[in-house]
This record gives sequence, structure tokens and C-alpha cells, in this order.
Amino acid sequence: MNYYFDQAATTPPHPDVTRTIAEIMMQHYGNPSSLHQLGEASVQLLRKAREVCAEALDVPPRTILFTSGATESNNLAIKGAALQYSKRGRHIVTTAIEHASVYESVKQLEAWGYEITILPVDQEGRITPKQVLDAIRPDTTIVSVMHVNNEVGTIMPIQDIGLQLKTKYPRVLFHVDGVQGFGKVPLNIKGSGIDLYSLSAHKIYGPKGTGLLFVREGVQLTPLLSGGSQEHGFRAGTENVPQIVGMAKSMRMAVEGRITVAERMSHLKESIMDQLELIPELVINTPRELTAPHIINFSYPGMKGEVLLHMLEEAGFMVSTRSACSSKKSEPSGVLLAMGRTSAAATSGIRISLGNEHTDYEVGLLMEAIRSIVARLRHWKGGQR
Amino acid sequence: MIRTYDLILLRFGEIAIKGKNRKRFEKAAYMHIQSLLSAFPKAVIRKEFGRFYIELHGESAERMVPELQKVFGIESVSPVIAVPSELSAIIAAARQYLSEYNLQAPTLFKVNARRVWKGFEHSSHEMNRLVSGPLLHDQIHLKVDVHHPDFELRVEVREDQTYIFSEVLPGAGGYPLGTNGKAVLLLSGGIDSPVAGWSAMRRGLEVECVHFHSYPFTSKKAEEKVIRLAHVLASYAGSIRLHLVPFTEVQTLFTQAKQDNLMITLMRRAMLRIASNIAEQESALALVTGDSLGQVASQTLPSMNVIGRATDLPLLRPLVMMDKAEIIELSKQIGTFDLSILPYEDCCSLFIPKSPSTNPNLRIINKIESVLPGLDDHIKAAVEGTRTIVIQAGDKLTFDQEVEQEQWF
Repeated sequence: MNYYFDQAATTPPHPDVTRTIAEIMMQHYGNPSSLHQLGEASVQLLRKAREVCAEALDVPPRTILFTSGATESNNLAIKGAALQYSKRGRHIVTTAIEHASVYESVKQLEAWGYEITILPVDQEGRITPKQVLDAIRPDTTIVSVMHVNNEVGTIMPIQDIGLQLKTKYPRVLFHVDGVQGFGKVPLNIKGSGIDLYSLSAHKIYGPKGTGLLFVREGVQLTPLLSGGSQEHGFRAGTENVPQIVGMAKSMRMAVEGRITVAERMSHLKESIMDQLELIPELVINTPRELTAPHIINFSYPGMKGEVLLHMLEEAGFMVSTRSACSSKKSEPSGVLLAMGRTSAAATSGIRISLGNEHTDYEVGLLMEAIRSIVARLRHWKGGQR
Repeated sequence: MIRTYDLILLRFGEIAIKGKNRKRFEKAAYMHIQSLLSAFPKAVIRKEFGRFYIELHGESAERMVPELQKVFGIESVSPVIAVPSELSAIIAAARQYLSEYNLQAPTLFKVNARRVWKGFEHSSHEMNRLVSGPLLHDQIHLKVDVHHPDFELRVEVREDQTYIFSEVLPGAGGYPLGTNGKAVLLLSGGIDSPVAGWSAMRRGLEVECVHFHSYPFTSKKAEEKVIRLAHVLASYAGSIRLHLVPFTEVQTLFTQAKQDNLMITLMRRAMLRIASNIAEQESALALVTGDSLGQVASQTLPSMNVIGRATDLPLLRPLVMMDKAEIIELSKQIGTFDLSILPYEDCCSLFIPKSPSTNPNLRIINKIESVLPGLDDHIKAAVEGTRTIVIQAGDKLTFDQEVEQEQWF
């Protein structure tokens, strides 16, 4: 029996979503750009999917741009806007704990001659609106801040940042990577001064390879993928209609279930943190307050994260050492280092992430396993000493 | 709109003065409103001389008012709050009403009280003073100006209740639907003809639409676009009949005449003949077109003369003296503009000659028509091949239904 506690890496697709995708793949294979009725049917599915996604975000349908996932959305938002508005300036502001797809995008721009300001975070992994305002220069074009950090679950003060930024510097674009926040932590896109917002379907029980980018009306992007005029000309390529509909469905379900799911997860998270605190070897990296309900990160300083991970795996529990997109590297976690953790703690981080299906029962089994593994390691470490 | 209203007051325009016909007109408007109210099951209509009241019983005035503003024959619409006919209740409601407006700038204002129920203890004149006093005290921005107020608070004291309102929103005007008979509208996919249709409906005509298609030269999307346009018109009429005429054969026949510059003239005449036939079948007494004088070659005066002679029915051209900018403005108001500009070819943009005649010669046209083999048969075949669909307001269009399977979303 396996227990899956790596929901922040990806979620198992909901059976209704896979059924929808399979049915549409078989029945509506028409290319939305085709003029015949098969194409027209796909156009309608796409139109409806756009409406459903837009409703889930409470934004107009024409602001939704479908992509191959949040990595593409983040790349398109940052590089597409940086290229488009390069005449205004070539300075970009972001934070020290962004996802690799944001971090590497700004790094690439840096190699192309842009200037980058990376804002340090506090011990809880958070930045302040003031830090953002202080970093703005006359040539700043984009500020990119994630909503919820993927490794430790810290919630950024997006609304405060956005409103203050837009009051003082209305021309600076505000991009938010919403991947870990959507469906877990409420965010008012329209009321937070957000110009660009990335989302991925596979973190909310939808299909992989599908995401979206909200592009506020009036914002222009230089396309990264050139070709046909799909997606208002911002993103060429035949639309993946079945998976886009699957994403629409998963977004609708995520919004409908958010409050009950978030309440249940918060309760489980509290329980996990209470129990982790009782194990003296462990350091909890996720703050109690202002964090997402589904992520708990802790370290066993001096013990490489993979050891704990593989021992938990043997016992049937799937967890993660850090962001899935960076976990094959053996360096310490950049996020934990940025939060001021020691190198020992940052090399031994373990992330537990919760899903809709988890109950007290599975969480109890997981905690029991962690306790017994730490007890075994305690002996081993002791003997080594 | 700022509060929960109790009633909506609808005033009639021209029809209130139409003597014996008034009852008929009111009944038509009543039926029209009744059909709109199916979406608001708790609302009830009450008739009074020259007015209708809609009792909301909790239905949303905010959602209902825009629908009522589409009802032809209604001059204006006012959302109303109702309170018991007691001085203290009236003053309290007026204060509450004004406070919700949250006036920030100096506002010229007056109270216009009317004592309909003479049993009430204060006269209209006294009421003006009694109600405005506390309001001026509450609101520092108010200043009385009885001649040119920016804000007029109306208080109507009746026996059962007192009505308080200030907004007087424009209605669609004109005559209630269908009170002036029935006509057939030549509906293309363009900007003008839907506006002409709406104008005809506003004048009390029941309208049936005729559309000419040249499938496969024109796409199914062109037809879909016309259905969507008719669907918008249906939102003003409750439902609308759309006759889809296969025009390809007739068009192909005209190409045999080898008179490219007269092509449009010939086509337009054939369209009028077919539409007249349909009008006869449907007992309609006129044809309505979107012609606007001088706009295109077929709408010059000589062209209108030659084309118009193809039918014996009155040709109504509501837009004939309007400028394009005015027509576009109207089409935006009635909600057809965005559909009209979709880029699908209709049958007229097909086979379009390089230089269509602006001054066709009737004798030549008659000659061509008399020698073209089987023109009458083709016209008859087109009428017989016509497909008629009924489009209901608020219905989901069939091509939207086909694919959208709710369980997928």
C-alpha cells in the first residue's frame, strides 16, 4: 500500500477529468482552426472551457490564454513581457524563492543584457510590499512574485504588493505565479493589481501539459512560440482541446471545493506540525501562520533529505525533498537558504504535501512512520558519533 | 441601482393617447412583458391607466430593468420603493433613499410630491416642504432648485401605499410588438439589416426574417452568424421566425447573363420577389430592408427605383435617411454590432462585380430577366426550398447545444 504525500509535485488526475479528456479525444478531434463542423465543434469546446476557467478566476474570458503548463506560462509572462516592453526598460524584480521556471527565465534575460533585482526573503520566506517599491527603478518593467511558495508553503502578501505597486508605479507589470495557491488560498486577481497570472492544471487534479496565463486586457506579449494565430497570436500551436476542457473541469471543481478542502487540510497540517514539534531532532521550516494549508516542510539537520525520503518510501509513503523541478540536484535548497536556514538544515529538507483525499487516518500512519524512522536514524547517528 | 426596490413603474408613450386602440396596445405590451417575466417567477404585473406596475416580490430590479427597457411601447421605466402612506414612514424612507446615493458634490434638488389620495392629511405642496426639510438637514450637498434640479425625488401618495423614486430610465418607445401588423425583413449578415429589423419592430411590426444563403459558396458560419443575429432580435420580440432561402441556383443563373455590372441589381430584384412570395405565405403586408440612401451601388436612387419595382408590396426602409455612424451607434445599442462585423461572407459579397451599376436601366433589366431560361422556376424552387426555423429568446442556440456536454465541464 502506497500513501501519496507529494501533492505539491503533482496530483493524481480526478477520474471525471480523465473520463472527460478521453471522451473528447475520441469524439472531438477536429482542429479548432478548421473551417468544417468538426473544427467548429472544437471551437465551441474551447470557448466554453475559456469561459469556465475565466469564471473560476473571476476575470473576463478573453484574458485567458491556454499554454502547455505553468512553466510555459511563467516563461511567456516574464520573457514575453520583457521583450515586448524592452523600450520602456530592461530591469526586472523578483524574489529569492521563486520556482525554477521564473528564476531561470530571469537568469536568461540577465544573459541577454537585462538587469535583475532578486529580493531577499525573511525567515518565514516572505517579502514586504516596501521591498518591492524600493527596488523599482525608472527602467523596471516587470515584478514577478509567487503567490504560495512550493517548498515551504509561505503565502506572499500579493494583494498588498499589487495595490501599492499599481498606486505608485502603474506602468510596471505585476506577474504572479499562482500554481501552488489556486484552489487552496483565496486570491482576488482583479482586485490585486495583477497583470499576469500563471496556473497549471496538474496541481489541481487536472492533466499534465496544460496550463494557462491570465493576461490583463491591454497587456501585450511578444510570443515565444511563433506560428499560427491561436490564443490571440500570443501562443501559436494547435490547442490541446481535450486537456484544456479537463483543466476547466478541474478548476471548477477546485473552486467549488476550496473552502471545505482548505479547512480539512489546515486541520491535518496543524496536527502534523504538532506531532513533528515533539520530535527533538526535527526543525520545522513551514511557519504556522500565513502559509498554505497543504504544505509542511521540515528538516533533519545533518541527515541528507534523500535518506529520510527513501526510508519513508520503503514504508510506503511518497514525500519530496524539495520542489520536484529541482529535486534531482543535490545542493542545499535555495529556498531554505534564502530563509536563513543553515546549510545542514537546507540539505535535509523534507516536504509533505496534502491532497483532497487525505484524512486523519493516513496522516496518523505517516506520522507513526516518521517517528519510527527518526528513532532508527537516531541510533545510527549515535553509533556514528 | 442602489437598493432593494419594491416595484417597477412602466409608463406608456404615444399609445396612451390612441383612443379606442389603447386597450389593444396595452394588451400587446402586457403579453410581451408577461413573456419576459417568465424568467422572474415571483414578479406580478398590475395595470393602471397609462401605466403598468411590476410588483417585484424579491426579484432583482437590477436584472429586470434592462429587459424591460427592451419592451416596445414603454416610454420610461422607474424602479420604485413603496412605504405605508404615513408621514413619518415617508420621510424615513426618503432619507434612507438619499443617504444611499452618497452625494459627494453639490446637487440641485427638488421634491416633487403628488397627493393622489385626497384623504391624506397633507397637500402636495405641504408634502414638498415636509419631505425636503429633513433631507436638506441630512445632506450638506443638497441645494433646492425647483426649476432645474439635477435630482428630483418623486413622492406619490396613494391610498394603499406611497411610492418614492427618482430614476426615470428611457424605455424602448414606439408601439407594442405586433400592433401594426406583420412584415418580412431581408436579413443579411451586415450591420444595417438587423437595425432596420429592430426599427420596424419598435414601430409595432411583427417581423419575420428572410436570409439568402449560397452554400457551399458561403460557409455554414455565415448562416450561424445570421441565426445569432436573429437570436438578438428575438430578445426584443420573444421569438422570431427565420426563413433560410437557398440562393445558389438563382445566382448561378444570373452569371449566365454575362452582365457583370448588373449582377447586383438582378440579385436584389430576385430577392425581393422571393421575399414577397414568403410574405404572401406568411400573411405579411410589407418588406423591410436595411437600405440607406447612396450607401452602396444598389442603394442609389436609380438602383432603388429599378430594384423596388420587383415587388408590389410596400418597401419599408427604416434607415434610408440615416448616416452610417448613426446606424452603427444603434447597432451597438441593440447588441448586433459585434456579430455583424464577424468576417463571414454572405451571398452578396460573393460574385461581386468590379464596378456594379449605380444607374441600372429598367428596360435592359426587364429584357435580361425575360430571356434568362427558367428564372421564374428558379425563384419558385428557391421559395419551396426555404427552410424555416423558429428562434426563441433566451433559448440556447442548437449549434451551441450540439457539443456542449455539461458533464464535460
